[in-house]
Amino acid sequence: MWSFFHKLASPKHFYRIAGAWIPWLGGITLLLMVVGLYLGLWVAPPDYQQGDSYRIMFVHVPAAWMSLFIYVFMAVCGGIGLIWNMKMADIMAMTSAPIGASFTFLALVTGSIWGKPMWGTWWVWDARLTSELILLFLYLGYIALQNAIEDPRTAARAGAILAIVGSVNIPIIHYSVEWWNTLHQGPTVTRMDKPAIHSSMLWPLLLMALAFQLYFFTLLLMRARVELLYRERRSRWVRELMGNLQPSPLSNNREVI
Amino acid sequence: MTPRQRRMIWVAVIITGVSLATFLALAAFQKNLLYFYTPSQVQAGEAPTGYAFRVGGLVEKGSVKRQPDSLAVRFTLTDGNAKVTVFYDGILPDLFREGQGIIAIGQLQPDGLFKASQVLAKHDENYMPPEVADALKKTGAMPTVDEFKGANR
Repeated sequence: MWSFFHKLASPKHFYRIAGAWIPWLGGITLLLMVVGLYLGLWVAPPDYQQGDSYRIMFVHVPAAWMSLFIYVFMAVCGGIGLIWNMKMADIMAMTSAPIGASFTFLALVTGSIWGKPMWGTWWVWDARLTSELILLFLYLGYIALQNAIEDPRTAARAGAILAIVGSVNIPIIHYSVEWWNTLHQGPTVTRMDKPAIHSSMLWPLLLMALAFQLYFFTLLLMRARVELLYRERRSRWVRELMGNLQPSPLSNNREVI
Repeated sequence: MTPRQRRMIWVAVIITGVSLATFLALAAFQKNLLYFYTPSQVQAGEAPTGYAFRVGGLVEKGSVKRQPDSLAVRFTLTDGNAKVTVFYDGILPDLFREGQGIIAIGQLQPDGLFKASQVLAKHDENYMPPEVADALKKTGAMPTVDEFKGANR
């Protein structure tokens, strides 16, 4: 078990293992998304209050969940990279940022499109919407910081500190609808006392959430592989992989990729 | 102490420090972060009188009075304890109906009438098919919008 994780931390093995996983993850993502969208858009009944308009929830809610999850993921990877000097953790944190920013943007846009017909406004400065917008700015700031620093180690360290500092925003976003009066409604799925959503609507939502989650990991592995190739471009295994280097017939430690 | 342990402590210090700072800042801004005032707060005089603010509550059943030949409408918002009468001349959101959670933006007139410049609908976190909602209403088990009651937590 542990040796598997140690292997994942080595660039060469990560590249190989990730390459083998991507088609499977991508395939399951596609399957879940098709089934989830079909159940959500065709099978699920209209809502008693919002009619068919609520169906945008099947994209909006998973996107919003992912925006929070990816930030936590980024901060945890940043912390691991900071404390244990792990190169793969740095790459994971760095490559997940644009994906997280995209999900945040998607959550804000779909929320806005949902808000206009239901609430009567595209945007309000309530605690939930504002804190989610701050999350987008945190992602953008993290990406800008990463790009501004040439040395990957320094960039990773600075980014990790920003990600960790920014993670205080995550509980604020989640609890904003409970701590303050907001236009945004309270949590539906994580409410424990009674089912706030009918099961015919909950299942497509959970399927979509799982699909988005796997979509994130698919993209993450793809991006991490590209980043890995770039960073390790001078190493022997990459040059062999790219066919730029004929392995010397004298080298007896040639590794099979 | 190894450098690794020192780095761990640094990360812990950053997290604790930033959390504490955020907590204090949010506690200080608590009032300004309230998106709307409840009718009880308005009645208690907590809402500002000189400038625009938001008031949120449920549209009281039977209180909606429309003026013929215009968009003007008058209704009462309640949170179960107090009431605020709202006057609004404009397009209401689709979800506006009696019993619905509403947030009105406007100014409190000296006579206690709330003149709204914008009315927003606040829907609750319950999603269900219409048949289920009807069945729940019949048995009286319909979840109520309680978000306007204990609003000033």
